[in-house]
Amino acid sequence: MAKQQSPVLVNLREKAEAVYHKILKKQQPELDMPLRALSNVKYDDRGGYFELMGKKKARTLTASTVKTFAQTLRMMALSKELIEGDDIATKREAYYVSKNWDEARFNEQPESDAIMDDVEAMMMVNREQIGFIPEEKGGDIAGQMIVIDRDADNGKELRIDCTKFGSGAYSIPSSVEGLRFETNATFILAIETAGMFQRLVKHNYWKKANCILISLGGVPTRACRRFIRKLSDEHKLPVYVFADGDPYAYGSIYRTLKVGSGNAAHINQFFCVPQAKFLGVTPQDIIDYKLPTHPLKDVDFKKIKDLIKNDPFIIHHKEWQKALLQMSTMKVRAEQQALAKWGLNYVIEKYLPDKIKKVDGFLP
Amino acid sequence: MAKRQREIGVAEFFSRNRHLLGFDSKRKALLTTIKEAVDNSLDACEEAEILPEIHVEVIDMGSDRFRVIVEDNGPGIVKKQIPNIFARLLYGSKFFKLAQSRGQQGIGISASVLYAQLTTGKPARIISKISPNDPAHYYELKIDTQKNQPLIMTDEVKEWSKEHGTRIELDLEGSYLGGSQSMDQYLKQTAIVNPHVTLIYTNPKAEQLIFPRAVETAPPKAVEIKPHPYGVELGTLMDLLRATKAPSVQSFFVNEFSRVGHGTAKQICQGAAILPSTKPAEINRDMAEKLIKSIQATKIVAPPTDCISPIGAELLEKGLKKEINAEFYCAATRPPNVYRGNPFVIEAGFAYGGEQLADKSVSIYRFANRVPLLYQQGACASAKAVMSTNWRSYGLSQSQGSLPIGPLTIAIHIASVWVPFTSESKEAIAHYPEIIREMRLALQEVGRQLGSYISKKRRMHAESKKRDYIQTYIPHVSDALKEILGFSDSDKETVEKMLVSILEKHRGELKDVAMENTEYNEEFARIGKGKTSDDDDGEERSADNGNGEDCKAPDKKKNAGYQQTL
Repeated sequence: MAKQQSPVLVNLREKAEAVYHKILKKQQPELDMPLRALSNVKYDDRGGYFELMGKKKARTLTASTVKTFAQTLRMMALSKELIEGDDIATKREAYYVSKNWDEARFNEQPESDAIMDDVEAMMMVNREQIGFIPEEKGGDIAGQMIVIDRDADNGKELRIDCTKFGSGAYSIPSSVEGLRFETNATFILAIETAGMFQRLVKHNYWKKANCILISLGGVPTRACRRFIRKLSDEHKLPVYVFADGDPYAYGSIYRTLKVGSGNAAHINQFFCVPQAKFLGVTPQDIIDYKLPTHPLKDVDFKKIKDLIKNDPFIIHHKEWQKALLQMSTMKVRAEQQALAKWGLNYVIEKYLPDKIKKVDGFLP
Repeated sequence: MAKRQREIGVAEFFSRNRHLLGFDSKRKALLTTIKEAVDNSLDACEEAEILPEIHVEVIDMGSDRFRVIVEDNGPGIVKKQIPNIFARLLYGSKFFKLAQSRGQQGIGISASVLYAQLTTGKPARIISKISPNDPAHYYELKIDTQKNQPLIMTDEVKEWSKEHGTRIELDLEGSYLGGSQSMDQYLKQTAIVNPHVTLIYTNPKAEQLIFPRAVETAPPKAVEIKPHPYGVELGTLMDLLRATKAPSVQSFFVNEFSRVGHGTAKQICQGAAILPSTKPAEINRDMAEKLIKSIQATKIVAPPTDCISPIGAELLEKGLKKEINAEFYCAATRPPNVYRGNPFVIEAGFAYGGEQLADKSVSIYRFANRVPLLYQQGACASAKAVMSTNWRSYGLSQSQGSLPIGPLTIAIHIASVWVPFTSESKEAIAHYPEIIREMRLALQEVGRQLGSYISKKRRMHAESKKRDYIQTYIPHVSDALKEILGFSDSDKETVEKMLVSILEKHRGELKDVAMENTEYNEEFARIGKGKTSDDDDGEERSADNGNGEDCKAPDKKKNAGYQQTL
């Protein structure tokens, strides 16, 4: 399994050699990496995801950067070791490995995560390819599909029927590249909250609607985004997102699922679901369904302003700007579960069926 | 009632109010006595332009009694003046003239004699000789407290091997403690600001300390000046008018005051609507008041300032170096200024860092006309000036209206023809706005130097920290590269060497900014520190302690500056 001369390994070596030669020439070495921020992405409807622009961040070795510089090289060395040994380390484990680096150790995990993201971006690959995996869970699945995985011991094929978890669910693993799927479902419903997911699972909504239910659990992880993308691509399934009706659900959860994030700009191409559409809860839903609401807070207004002004995705879509402005004027937000006002199963019997009839009216 | 009323004698008054003169505690009494005697000796020597060599001996006689002996090589005192100078309060020459001197009022040494007499009943023993050809006169003196007149117990001629000089011996009640307000400290600080003096001091433990002369030139002799019109008050003006020999008011002003010419005198008279030719004796109270107002309204040149001889920034700094093992010294002398018609000069010197404690308030050494002031710091104009200076801009911490915190010693000196003290015991300088302002300016001037030193030091500190930081992480860079590229240990070494030169190429030079202090003298610095003095670690001893009590006869009037140290 050892990928001796994997392109990543070659790339790692090249970067280190460049540094080495600079040093031998008594010049200040540099490590270049793309700037990972919303200001360095553009949205293009044809590609359907946040694409990296040319801005680079150079980590030059100076007196004040010497620590981070050393840590970056250390992290690269660790990555090399992992790839060569065909091993993996979780982000947390990498953080603990750094405890061997004496003064260069990380004090808190966010520091090591940031350096790891830097190395990942430098290599222009996703972190699994440089040997690091997140420890976060990908999300839960229930519905009309079979996941085909392999047994870790003997490599035999495992068929996981996602209709057979009863009131439980299948968990998306942190690495989804090796999975294959079989399904007859007609669409994928991505749900923001675990509570709503539970309700729909309990009443076998997936059977009634012939769909696959996925719980996002807040902002979807990379694995979750990749899973949905693969599934949707391979079986040409539409993806509908059912989230809360607030600026965070629109601008962070849905936006990240659909087009990726600024932070992961170098890998968005594969880690987003451009075919996703927003089912609800929209600001108009709040009016149409007379939902109970909460007033928007200052942070919500700020988020709306910021999205309209700075988010390339929102800037591209007039419909979203309109929806956000509408919310801003209404000064209220509503949760998915507010639908329970009309009865616990109103969402299954009325709201979702009604909505799914008018897919064209979904927000982009 | 009326029958029991009578005049109160000056000596009587002070015998009851000894605290006014600095005799409020036994410890202070000892200090005050030495201070008065030494100050007189120094004034006398300087006036006669003799480089002073002063012996001070304090002998513990048991049960809180001490014998104080102060002997100088001054000009001596003519025979007939000896009793008055030592045994009559408010008698002296310095009160009447405006010249920079240590003594002012003429109370000092006679007050010590009075105190000795009150506490032990013993007379003062004086011996004085004015030249090798004159006999030395020996007196035993007491004070008649009611009449404020000397009582001569003994008056004889003695053999004294000294060419000229004066020696006083007093027995008094006292208490010997070390510490910042001790006579040890006083003598040491005197040596600091009077580098032309040799002081030989034998303390009550019979340990001899020698403060040798550091410079061979005496400060320029104090020049006497006439009062400046701006400083004169109504009563004084009237007294002067009565006493003058001038034929007219105009010539009175010209003769009795400095900076007044005929033109200015005429202007003053015109402003008061008085004929310049009026006889001084004809000026009544109302006219005098008009004259005062006219003086204030007339433009008069500031008084001459060449009569002031400051210590000088260089010597002040040198003195501090001897006393304090610090890392940075600086000092400045301000140009002369005037308060109430009296010219004065302020000087300030700093010793920063080194062994001084960083979390304590700064120490202040105060001097007036080269005399150390050890008591009542809080009431002194200098403390006010220190507290009202903004020290934060010079890198020290300070809470509103209090002394700054930091490893700093401040020496502050006022030299003036008349130093305004808050009381007769001459412990604190009065709060004249002009004086406080000058003090603050002096502190600021030196403070700026200190500030730039401290910020330089901080920069260097940051720099060396940064260097440590670089040195810490360089091995990690080379280790990681070695792991990725798999090069040899010698390559790793090369990489580290290169990295050091790359990273330090752009950095400023690291240098030690502290001053080198070769003047510091540990033994000297220890004097007067610690409450009971940490005895016998190697003070030098020398077996000379002029004890020859021989005498000769007097010559001329050479009583120069003797007596008014108060």
